[in-house]
Amino acid sequence: MTATLVAVQVLNGLQLGVLLFLVAAGLTLVFGVMDFINLAHGVQYMLGAYLAVTFYGLTGSFFMALILALLAALAFGLLLEFLVFRHLYDRDHLDQVLATFGVILFLNEGVRIVWGAAPLSYPIPDLLKGTIPLMDGFGYPIYRVAMILSGLATAVLLWVLVTRTRVGMLVRAGATNPRMVAALGVDIRRLFMVVFGFGAMLAGFAGVMAGPIFSVEPGMGDGVLILAFVVIVIGGIGSIRGAFVAALIIGLVDTLGRSFMTDIFKTMMAPAAANQVGPAIASMLIYLLMAGVLFFRPTGLFPAAGR
Amino acid sequence: MAEPILALEGLSKAYGALTVTDDLTMTVEAGSIHVLIGPNGAGKTTLIGQISGQIAPDAGRIRFDGRDVTDLPMHARCRLGLARSFQITTILPSFTALENVAVAAQAHDGHSFRFLRPAAAEARLNEAAMASLETVGLKHRAGVRAGALSHGEKRQLEIAIALVMKPKLLLLDEPMAGTGHEESERLVATLEALRGSLTILLVEHDMDAVFALADRISVLVYGRVIADGKPDAIRADPEVRSAYLGEEAAL
Amino acid sequence: MSAPSSPVNKPIGAARQVAPVLLILFAAVPALANAADLGFATQMVSRIMIYAIAALSLDIILGYGAMVSFGHAAFIGIGAYAVGIASAHDLWDASITFPMAMLGGGLFALVTGAICLRTRGVYFIMITLAFGQMAYFTASSLSAYGGDDGLTMWGRSEVFGYSPLENETTFYYVVLACLASCYVFAKALVGSRFGRVIVGVRENRLRMQAVGFNPYAYQLVAYVIAGMMAGLAGALLANHTEFVSPSTMSWQRSGDLIIMVVLGGTGTLHGAILGAVAYLALEEILSHVTEHWRVFFGPMLILVVLFARGGLGRLIGGRGAGG
Repeated sequence: MTATLVAVQVLNGLQLGVLLFLVAAGLTLVFGVMDFINLAHGVQYMLGAYLAVTFYGLTGSFFMALILALLAALAFGLLLEFLVFRHLYDRDHLDQVLATFGVILFLNEGVRIVWGAAPLSYPIPDLLKGTIPLMDGFGYPIYRVAMILSGLATAVLLWVLVTRTRVGMLVRAGATNPRMVAALGVDIRRLFMVVFGFGAMLAGFAGVMAGPIFSVEPGMGDGVLILAFVVIVIGGIGSIRGAFVAALIIGLVDTLGRSFMTDIFKTMMAPAAANQVGPAIASMLIYLLMAGVLFFRPTGLFPAAGR
Repeated sequence: MAEPILALEGLSKAYGALTVTDDLTMTVEAGSIHVLIGPNGAGKTTLIGQISGQIAPDAGRIRFDGRDVTDLPMHARCRLGLARSFQITTILPSFTALENVAVAAQAHDGHSFRFLRPAAAEARLNEAAMASLETVGLKHRAGVRAGALSHGEKRQLEIAIALVMKPKLLLLDEPMAGTGHEESERLVATLEALRGSLTILLVEHDMDAVFALADRISVLVYGRVIADGKPDAIRADPEVRSAYLGEEAAL
Repeated sequence: MSAPSSPVNKPIGAARQVAPVLLILFAAVPALANAADLGFATQMVSRIMIYAIAALSLDIILGYGAMVSFGHAAFIGIGAYAVGIASAHDLWDASITFPMAMLGGGLFALVTGAICLRTRGVYFIMITLAFGQMAYFTASSLSAYGGDDGLTMWGRSEVFGYSPLENETTFYYVVLACLASCYVFAKALVGSRFGRVIVGVRENRLRMQAVGFNPYAYQLVAYVIAGMMAGLAGALLANHTEFVSPSTMSWQRSGDLIIMVVLGGTGTLHGAILGAVAYLALEEILSHVTEHWRVFFGPMLILVVLFARGGLGRLIGGRGAGG
């Protein structure tokens, strides 16, 4: 377990955290403003990646694919909102869960029909190929560094939007007290469309970036969705700051746990036993973390409401 | 004099900059009907909430029946003999009136981890519930879904639920709010009949009812008790008249 | 979905007969299947009945207690793994492994429920989902017991040294007996003092606190009971396929269970059985038409939620499905 290895895994953890943040940000705002549980947010991530596959095939350029995929993800998110989600805002959570689950079933299968079940991919753009040297001559891929940086940049952009603009102010107020915002004469539905479309685009952005390093396959959004739930629960529903902090924590804890848990157990028990116990504990780690946070703070680290 | 059944000592509660209960100290004598009056926003409901355990005070102690109950949750205070009705009707809408009361009788009975025997067939619970419904004049509506009762009947049902728990202290938060004249009179008669058998702390706006029932009146303004005494003394108190009664009369 | 209009959901008219009729129909299946030379039907229906047990257990907490648990498949999986792992250690006797499966499901429900039930609403949904996923990934990482690939059992559970369950028909009737017992138990439970508290908390939590109930304790016990019942379903499922795999615990399975309960009508019990039959039969039929059956099922589900609330159970119960 060298310092380089730890550094690489910390960077990998940050990169996962950034991806989770992009997915969780839209989710948490939608929860906060509309009290709407959208299981189908994960498929926005998947669609982002698939759209990029197609647009890369058409244009041959990663960046063109990125821009087109973002626009298409936005359009698709708004279409879903128009067709399905807006009819669910006044329903109870069980209805929302069921209908958005139906959307997942449809889209996961739809993707399988259109693009096939086999994993797809598209290459890293030439501009971001190569590695950045770390210590001991080890390098870290530039593309992954770019992912981290663009994720952080998005976080800053979001922070500015939420704290410095009128829409952001309404979103924050909406997360704290939706009825008050409605009473102020703001068209809360239009506000929600904006939030929703933006959230869909962020998830799509995460999907496009993930495409070249993870495999693009049906259902790829499901695991990310549940991790994003864990992030939101830890961070506090409706809180962008909470989502950011929790996403980085989850990314780091999960990555480092999977990398080093077995080795840590080997210092305490027989290697054979450690090989069994280590991975099991590592895969439970973030959920145990969530349980711990909830035990002490049932509304998360940065609860948005009730202040 | 015997120890008061309820003693509030230095109770305080604030929501942000808004102080709703301000270093409040008062006692309620056992067996009395004690009425709490005050203008809207005086903090009456918040005070009832703190006594019943729904709201945690920021400071101060609550003693009930010789015990400090400040840190007990609502359900534990209930079991010590503290029952309440709510200003905003709080019932189980799809249970029948009888079931609403029977479930409270079951809570009072104390054995609810019973998994197999049908509760609806337990004569003891149903009889207690029926008796309580009769007390408030709702016996003829026992089989009706509570959600389908009229507003006045729901208010009566709330009191029947509280009574079946055989409380030592009954907290009633504006039980007559929104009811008709006739229903109010019946409720006054019901409470009158209960006088002496238990202690009642009543929040009420209807001045006819207040002066008909009260053994003692406390006047709450901005979270403080500004006057406390027998009805005649309160009626004559100039400060009360200007702060509250006068305002009512002007309306 | 729309709140049932009666607290103890006394079935009216035909609805009273739904469960007995279903159970009698189930009892006739092996004979009919033999007569019609459709041997696979027996196996298919025993799988449906196993999921009906799981759906029943979910209906207790979801339908009667309004606890929308999105991790229910984990309890089934834990029950299945208890039997599977025991078999890997050459422990075959159902008198030991079945109680282990139920205890396993109950224990997981106790520990996770103690945390989940401190929260409500979307938090509860997300956290049960997360714990379900935890169970899934933990099972996937058990490399000694097959990991991702799952664990093959080399036979079915024994009973005091005999192997009656190897006979498909005997196994079928054991499953049916379990389903009938669970139904009778659940029926008694929801009408009992305990059940009345659970429904009361669903109706109005504050009211129940104000008459002296601690909702948390009752909800947790209900959650544990549901976990144990689902654990039993898992033990049966492991025997049914003689194979256990993490996919039993996948979150889609939890979603399927919710669909079954809602499709049949929440808070009716017989609706859960009906829903399991309808959902799994539909899956069977649609998947014969096309492997991409979900592309039809997804929109169907959305339409049901948007336009036909209340479920099948209520249609048969004589009430309108409109909500």
